[in-house]
Amino acid sequence: MSGNLATTGVFDVEAVRKDFPILQREMNGQPLCFLDTAASSQKPLPVLQAMDNYYRQHHANVHRGVYQLSQEATDMFEAARKAVQRFIGAREEHEVIFTRGTTESINLVASSFGSAFLKPGDEVLITWMEHHSNIVPWQLICERTGATLRVVPISDEGELDMDALGQYLQGPVKILALTHVSNTLGTINPIREIVKMAHQYGIPVLVDGAQAVPHSPVNVSELDVDFYAFSGHKMYGPTGIGILFGKTAWLEKMPPYHGGGEMISRVTFEKTTYNELPFKFEAGTPDIAGSVGLHAAIEYLQGIGLNNIAEHENELLKYGTELLREIPGLRLIGNASNKAGLLSFVVEGTHPYDIGTLLDKMGIAVRTGHHCTEPIMDRFGIPGTVRASFGMYTTKAELDRLAAGIKRAVKLLL
Amino acid sequence: MESINQIQDAIIEEFSFFGDWLEKYEYIIELGKDLPLIDEQYKTEDYLVRGCQSKVWLHANLEDGKVVFKADSDAVITKGIIALLIRVLSGHSPQEILDADLYFLDKIGLKEHLSPTRANGLVSMLKQMKLYALAFQKQLTGKNE
Repeated sequence: MSGNLATTGVFDVEAVRKDFPILQREMNGQPLCFLDTAASSQKPLPVLQAMDNYYRQHHANVHRGVYQLSQEATDMFEAARKAVQRFIGAREEHEVIFTRGTTESINLVASSFGSAFLKPGDEVLITWMEHHSNIVPWQLICERTGATLRVVPISDEGELDMDALGQYLQGPVKILALTHVSNTLGTINPIREIVKMAHQYGIPVLVDGAQAVPHSPVNVSELDVDFYAFSGHKMYGPTGIGILFGKTAWLEKMPPYHGGGEMISRVTFEKTTYNELPFKFEAGTPDIAGSVGLHAAIEYLQGIGLNNIAEHENELLKYGTELLREIPGLRLIGNASNKAGLLSFVVEGTHPYDIGTLLDKMGIAVRTGHHCTEPIMDRFGIPGTVRASFGMYTTKAELDRLAAGIKRAVKLLL
Repeated sequence: MESINQIQDAIIEEFSFFGDWLEKYEYIIELGKDLPLIDEQYKTEDYLVRGCQSKVWLHANLEDGKVVFKADSDAVITKGIIALLIRVLSGHSPQEILDADLYFLDKIGLKEHLSPTRANGLVSMLKQMKLYALAFQKQLTGKNE
């Protein structure tokens, strides 16, 4: 088991791999080479066991029952919240809101913040490297409120144009929403610096942290972000649960997002008063098992050490970048100087779909297409990319297989 | 002219000679490369069947009561599979196309390419082929009345 890693401080990828049962599988007669962790990570045993144990021993609805079992489930759910709070360095427990994932977290803010604070003439600022889930919710609220959506451009290397950002921030901007790490380019944005710039104008910042949280330590208080959204399933936890961190001052000013049970204080047909934070934003029965799984994932990540993971993935990035650069005709999309563990590329004369299909036949799972970032594809004038993304369990041998696989696929295709 | 099912059976037999995925895909890629499937004039937005990943263009004509399909794609594997679909469906009457049960893709192990989640445009293309057949069928029965 991986427990020894925390104590020895030595990162051993082979030991880590033993914790992930799915990595033992074969695909098309080859050992599975899973290089799509940016889309969703695999799950270690402690996460699976925690969720199984929850359903076997402790399940009941939360925050309602007077009976022992409901209290146990409630305690586990709230312990998960506390674990998230500590994990991201939030000041208050009630600043951690459980959602279904990053997408819902962003929709919550766009809808709730937007309906309270946006009016015609106002601007919402996003960037060119956003995932569709950090574009469309803002388009929807802009349509509803008459606000305007503006987009900060990126360079050919895939880095944010900081000068343009500085200029755009001088407009009538009510909120800036941007990604911490680009899921397509791998670019790591300098969030602390950007937040400082925005706060000079009193502009709150929402950060899409889906690709950041699983790969390096994140502290929302140090970053001073106003909102931070991320998903359980990308950080080795279960699907269906995510987090919205929000500063108390903002969350208190925002109206509820969904109505229902749990989020109310008192209901009459004339008037309903809302529950306090965080429950105001958590209508209905939450994903209790998901929270338990997420808690286990956090403990697992902490056991391995996020610094160890970041170091391992950086090494893979260097190694993989060199390997891929040697392949004739291959062009990496996204060459930011500060980059996370993924490689997006196209090969001259081939379509990403064809490369991905052939790699699959060799047991190598990569993502192909626009990765829900069509504006980036348009920006670079390509139909899509092949993307190989890493996790803590990715090995150099797998990147060797990737490089060999690409060469073989290209040979077949050209 | 062979029936749709006779052509499907012939393809299934051809594919049974391939030893592994590599030979199979080499063949599909060759089909994709070899066939100039559609006139450039039809490679426009009007004839585009939008997949999420690869683009497919489809055009159909009615000639002597038979539907003639022409299609193309920007991805060569998709194009190879299109070549097979055209070999099966093109040149048959609208009614035959509407009644066609395409079992060959499953039998030759390419069914995965028709899964909606592949987003390669093939599912939409097949649907569009049937829609063309339906439209031509209405044209024909309209004339007979």
